[in-house]
Order: sequence, then structure tokens, then C-alpha cells
Amino acid sequence: MPANNLKEIKDNYDKQYANITKKIIICAGTGCVSSGSMKVFEAFKTELAKRNLNVCLKISEGCREIYLSKSGCQGFCQQGPLLSIGDTFYTKVKDTDVVELIEKSVLKDEVVERLLYKNPADGKQYKTTAEIPFYKKQTRFLLQDCGRINPEDINEYISNGGYESARKAIAEMSDAEICNFMLDAGLKGRGGAGFPTGKKWDLTRQSKGHKKYVICNADEGDPGAFMDRSIMEGNPHSVVEGMIIAAKAIGADEGYIYVRMEYPLAVTRIKTAVREAREIGILGKGIFGTKYNFDINIMEGAGAFVCGEETALIASVEGARGMPRPKPPFPAVSGLFGKPTVINNVETLANIGKIMAVGAQEFRKMGTKNAPGTKTFALTGHVANTGLVEVPFGTTLREIVNEIAGGTTGEDGSPDQEAFKAVQIGGPSGGCLTKEHLDMPIEYDTLKAAGAMVGSGGLVVMNKTTCMPSIAKFFMGFTQNESCGKCVSCREGTKQMLSMLTDITEGKADDKTMHTLEDLANVVKVSSLCGLGKSAPQPVLSTLRYFRNEYNEHIQNKNCPAGACKALAKYTIDPAKCVGCTACKRACPVGAITGEVKKPHAVDKAKCIKCGACMKACKFNAISVGG
Amino acid sequence: MSVEKLSDVIAILNEYDNNPSKLIPILQKVQHKYNYLPEDAMTFVANSLGIPPAKVFGVATFFSHFSITPKGKHIIKICDGTACHVKKSEGIINAVQNKLGLNAQKHTTDDFNFTLECVSCLGACGIAPVVVIDEEVHPQMTPEKVTALIDEVAKKEAQNAGK
Ligand SMILES: Cc1cc2nc3c(=O)[nH]c(=O)nc-3n(C[C@H](O)[C@H](O)[C@H](O)COP(=O)(O)O)c2cc1C
Ligand code: FES
Repeated sequence: MPANNLKEIKDNYDKQYANITKKIIICAGTGCVSSGSMKVFEAFKTELAKRNLNVCLKISEGCREIYLSKSGCQGFCQQGPLLSIGDTFYTKVKDTDVVELIEKSVLKDEVVERLLYKNPADGKQYKTTAEIPFYKKQTRFLLQDCGRINPEDINEYISNGGYESARKAIAEMSDAEICNFMLDAGLKGRGGAGFPTGKKWDLTRQSKGHKKYVICNADEGDPGAFMDRSIMEGNPHSVVEGMIIAAKAIGADEGYIYVRMEYPLAVTRIKTAVREAREIGILGKGIFGTKYNFDINIMEGAGAFVCGEETALIASVEGARGMPRPKPPFPAVSGLFGKPTVINNVETLANIGKIMAVGAQEFRKMGTKNAPGTKTFALTGHVANTGLVEVPFGTTLREIVNEIAGGTTGEDGSPDQEAFKAVQIGGPSGGCLTKEHLDMPIEYDTLKAAGAMVGSGGLVVMNKTTCMPSIAKFFMGFTQNESCGKCVSCREGTKQMLSMLTDITEGKADDKTMHTLEDLANVVKVSSLCGLGKSAPQPVLSTLRYFRNEYNEHIQNKNCPAGACKALAKYTIDPAKCVGCTACKRACPVGAITGEVKKPHAVDKAKCIKCGACMKACKFNAISVGG
Repeated sequence: MSVEKLSDVIAILNEYDNNPSKLIPILQKVQHKYNYLPEDAMTFVANSLGIPPAKVFGVATFFSHFSITPKGKHIIKICDGTACHVKKSEGIINAVQNKLGLNAQKHTTDDFNFTLECVSCLGACGIAPVVVIDEEVHPQMTPEKVTALIDEVAKKEAQNAGK
């Protein structure tokens, strides 16, 4: 089929689509697959076949009755496996539910109520995604098709308006026109730094040279972030389309997608997408029936966080150790194999086709003046609903945490608004936000002023059982491990900071430690070669800024208020609550607990090995740790 | 190097046209075949691509995915990314280490049945804490659940050995 005739593909698809009486969509994102969604899919296949119903798995191959489809990540991962039958949305579906679902929901339009989503906060049940607070409060511009369309069927993407922007860019627009359009739209890079995409493209366009490259940065290294993975799994063609438009804008004929190897499903889906696009002439020679050539190579990363940094990524595509180099020259001037190169993040690229479809003005209506559009966030940690969300820039943290995520959860996983302590945003390069930031609109500048950053969009909510110096130590351990070792400042600085943070959490620090730590953090920040070292002190500086008391408590009183630092744990039994049941005494492996039956017990601090067995054994909540 | 190994590595090199800039995918394929990077294979790759063996070794030790020592038959990946960490993945790591007699330095069991890898984020943070055993993702793990999973794998392994 000629790719210059997208309309024909769409018409054929629409004709088949009209034959469908029931549409069953099963989420096949990493989260739902791991909770067993493929078993549900297979059960549907078998049970529908048993009933001699006409089932199709790909609309473009002809459809008569029931469409059974897999989708990408729908974002509501914790409630998986997710399934929709028509408009009805089911959560936590098991393969054993399938017979009932077919008999009631597929054949009779009845609702299987026990599988509907129930809001843990108020126990209310919801039938469609449009009503569920988690979805209702989002603006799904970029993720609109993610979780709706079949990521392994290019025809479905095209029929939903896909590749029309790429066709227009290739066949009808000049390189300068595309760059100007992007400048008008004001899209900023979603990979961390927030550099205006139009400007980046225009600089690369003006660089001299016959050979240029487009690279898609799909290395998503921030631990706790999975937006890019979800986009690649749920709508891989949107990334390919963005790359085609970028290629035309700068005059490139070759592209690379650099994907983390930890994302096997994303790799498979993106490979399928590239193959499908090639088959119908959207990639390769003479794309869209024009004279323009563009093709995409896929490379799997080999596991190094620093390779997310653009010059390190380029080194690794060239077959070398992934070490960054000083900039300038910027990749726009001298990038891959020394040629002008545009390197963009997955989410940035996935935005492009959509923005061209709606127009710069429409796009600018979302978000703020400085940061138009939406941002996806990976919402994790101690919240009722973890998952992938998309909101316009300018949304407040309160709206995200309380309304979309359903609020903070306490230690036992049930909602507890009081338990909120902090939100970590931007991962190992970012910082913490506290209660006082809950009403701050989120965008690049406000976060920067607060000592954090948008980063890739990992948003980890932490409750009161989280110890902030320990979190700083956790991130420092990560960056120290991932530091490539090229510059002294980062290589040695992260090591020293880690050792000081370890001292603090183990009660070995003194008054000088905190000052040295703060000084060193500021030095590493300004003297490191690349973004990794420059931002490595950020988690330390931000926790020192907002949780200095907690550091002091560790240093001066050798106490961890969150009760998380094992070395500082002090187990005490509240005599008022202890009924003398002896459960703790029996649980203690070292005989550190004494007391008579039916009388309050006590812990001998000298003998205690801080294993926590007593606390687990106590049924009366009488034992506490730290304070 | 055995003739068989030699021809395997040559086939991989040919697939990438002996192109030195394809070093990383070449090593990935070699590792996929042998589950680690044997030293003789690395030297052979270096000589074939016309680059110093030190460079190949340098690349192989830079990236965490490459291993220059043999790995166990079953790979257990425990995520210690931020989302999993705040959901107490540390306890899961400890439980598995205790269970298999491993520690921060020792990653593979003596019988080469299991290798434990701690990784930073598997991209399944919504269902943290996450453990992956032989490519299968297990959501919302606890120390109890993960040791039960390992028992299951070990049981199958023993049955196979008995056959
Ligand atoms: C240590 C480090 C890690 C990075 N990791 C990523 C990453 O995983 N994904 C990404 O898109 N950008 C990452 N970046 C940012 C890239 O260097 C680059 O700015 C980005 O890919 C540009 O794309 P954008 O303009 O579309 O945002 C990282 C930067 C640093 C310093
Ligand atoms: S942090 Fe564990 S899967 Fe992301």
C-alpha cells in the first residue's frame, strides 16, 4: 500500500471498524502483563472461540463482530490487569473472571460490578474511565491514544490521524517552516534540561554538512520514572513520526533510537513499529512517495545511567565507553560521528506529530506561557494510586497527589493524608518538595527556584516513615555508582559525600560533618564536567534545605525521627499500652526483653540487636522505634 | 578457543560487517550466547575489529549489563530504584541474599543455579517493589513471596536434575 495514500488506509480501516459490535481492550503494558493480563487475553481468545463468536485481533485484517485488542500502558498500573469492554472499565481482572465477563458484559451489556474500580477513599464505584478521579483530573493529550490503540498495528495509528503530520512535513513544508512552527509552538525538551525544541532544530538545520543525524534518547535512566517506556510500549509510532519530522527539519537521512535494555517490551514494540513503517514506505528510501530518504536504527543500551547524557550517549553509539565530553561543541554542530545531530527525548518527539495536528495556537492553550503543553509524570511511592499521569504544566502538586493519586498512604497502605512528608521529583538530579510547595504550580522555573527540577518526570511521594538523610544517601549511592570516573570532582566528590551521609545515618557524624558535606556539595555542583556530577549534590542540598532538623537530630541526638535508620533504632515499649502478653519476649532472638506476664515489658538497649522482631510480634502497637 | 565458539563469534562479527562502531551490539550478542563475555572471545573480537583488546575490555567493564564472569542459570533481578526503594526493596534484597548465601560481593551461587542482580528501575514502578526472575516480572513483592518464588524455581531445577 502506498504510504502517500494515508486516506486509503484510513477508509479501509473505518469500513472494517463499522462492523464491530463489541470492543474488548486488554492492557498489555509491563505492569499489567506482570499482573497476568496476557493470561486474561488468552482466556478471552479461547472462551470466545468456544462460543463460535467472530473475533478479530487486527482490524485491518477484517472484522465482523468482536474486536479483541491489546493496548499499551493505560497508566493505572496498580489496579491491573486493566480491561475495558465497550465503555465499561474493569480492574484487577483474572483469567477466571473471563467466562462471567463474556456472558454478562460482552453478550448482554450487563455490568460485572465486583470488577469495577472502587475508590479506596470513599468506597464509590465507577463504571467508565471518564468518571474515575485518577483519569478525570488528567489532560491526556500525549497519552490519548496510549492504552486505546493497538501499538502493534500501524493502520490503527494512521486511522487515528497518525503520520499525517509527518506526511505534511515531508511533502509540503520546508525545513525552515518546520523549525519556525516549532518555535511558535514553544515546546521545551522533556528529557530534563527543558531546552526549546524549535531552537535546537533550527541550530542544527543551519549547521553545514550533507550528513546529519536524529537521535531519540530512550535511555530513561532516572530510577522511578517510566514515562518513556510507556510511550514506546503504548504508542511507538508517535515516536517514529516525531523523528521523521525532526529529520526533515534539519536535513537528516538517518536516525537512531537508543533504548534501555531493561525495557524488553519497549524494544520489541519499537522494532515492530519501525518494520511496519518501512513496509508501507514511511521509512526508507523515497518516503511518502517523495524523494526524501530517512531510516531508523535501533540500539539497545548496555546499562549506564550516564549514557542518558547526550555526549555520552553519542560515544556509546559510536562503540566506545559512554563517557561525556565537554560542550561546546554541541551536538548540533558536531554530534554523532562528528556530524550535526539533533538529540531529543522520547516524550518530546512523541509530542511533535500531535502538536502539528492541532496547531501551535491550540497547543499553547495548554500549560503556562513559559511551559506550553502537558507533562507526563510517573507517580510512585506512598500514594493510593500509583501509575502514569499526564497534566498541563502549571498544575499544582496538591492536585496531583491528592486528587489524581488519591492521597498519601500510611505504612499499612491505607489512605492517610496526615502521613505526607515530601515529594521527590527529578530523581538523582532533582530535589524534594514539601508541604509548603503543595500549592505551587509545577513548571520548569518554579521547580528550579525550589531547588528541584522537572527532570524526566519521576514523582515519588514519601510518607513519614521515610528518612530524608537516608534518601539523600540512597541517591548519592546511585550517582556514585554511576559516575563514569572521568572528572575528579564527580568521581571523588560523590564518594566522599556518600561516606559522610553514611556516617550521618549510622550515628558516626559530628558537628563538622554537615558543614563539610554542604561545602563539598556546592563544589561538586560547580566543578563537574557533565550534568551527572553537576546535579549529583542536588538531593543533598535540597534535603538539607528543607529537612535540616532531621539531619541535626541524627547528628546531635543520634536519633532517626522516621525510625528508618537501623543503626540508630531505639526500640521502646510503652508501659501504658503493653498488656504483658510476652509475645515480644518470645520473639526476641537475643533475650533483650524482660518482664513478667501481664506486666509491662522493657527492652534492654545494650543487648538489643535492632532486628525489629518484637515490633512485628506486638499486637497492641506498644513498641515504637525512634521518635 | 574451540572451533565452534570461533565460528559463533565470526558469525556475529559478520552480521555487523566487522564494524568497530558496532562493538556494543556485538558484545551484547556474544554475551547473549554465552551468558557472559569470555576473555578469549573478547580478544578475538578486538583483533577482528582492529582495535586494542584493552578498549574492548574497557567497554565490557564500563556497562553494567556486561559480565566478564559466568552467571548462574537463573537470573534474579531485584529493583532498587527509587520507587521500589521507598517501598522497602532493601528487605527483599536481604532476604534473597540470606536465602542463597550471597552478599554484596558474591552474586552467583556456588552451584551456578542463581545470580542475583540489583538493578535501578525496571520501569514497572507503578507496581513496586518489583522482582524479575528469568524475564518474568513479579509485582508488589515481599520477602516471603520472593523466597517462595525461588523455592519454586529450585524445585523445578532439582526435578530436572533428577530426570
Ligand atoms: C546524567 C544525565 C542523564 C540524562 N538522562 C537522560 C535520559 O535518560 N533521557 C533523556 O531523554 N535525557 C536525559 N538527559 C538529558 C540529555 O542529555 C538531553 O538533554 C536530552 O535528551 C535532550 O532532549 P530534549 O531536548 O528533548 O529534552 C540526561 C542528562 C544527564 C546529564
Ligand atoms: S523503581 Fe523499581 S521498577 Fe522503577
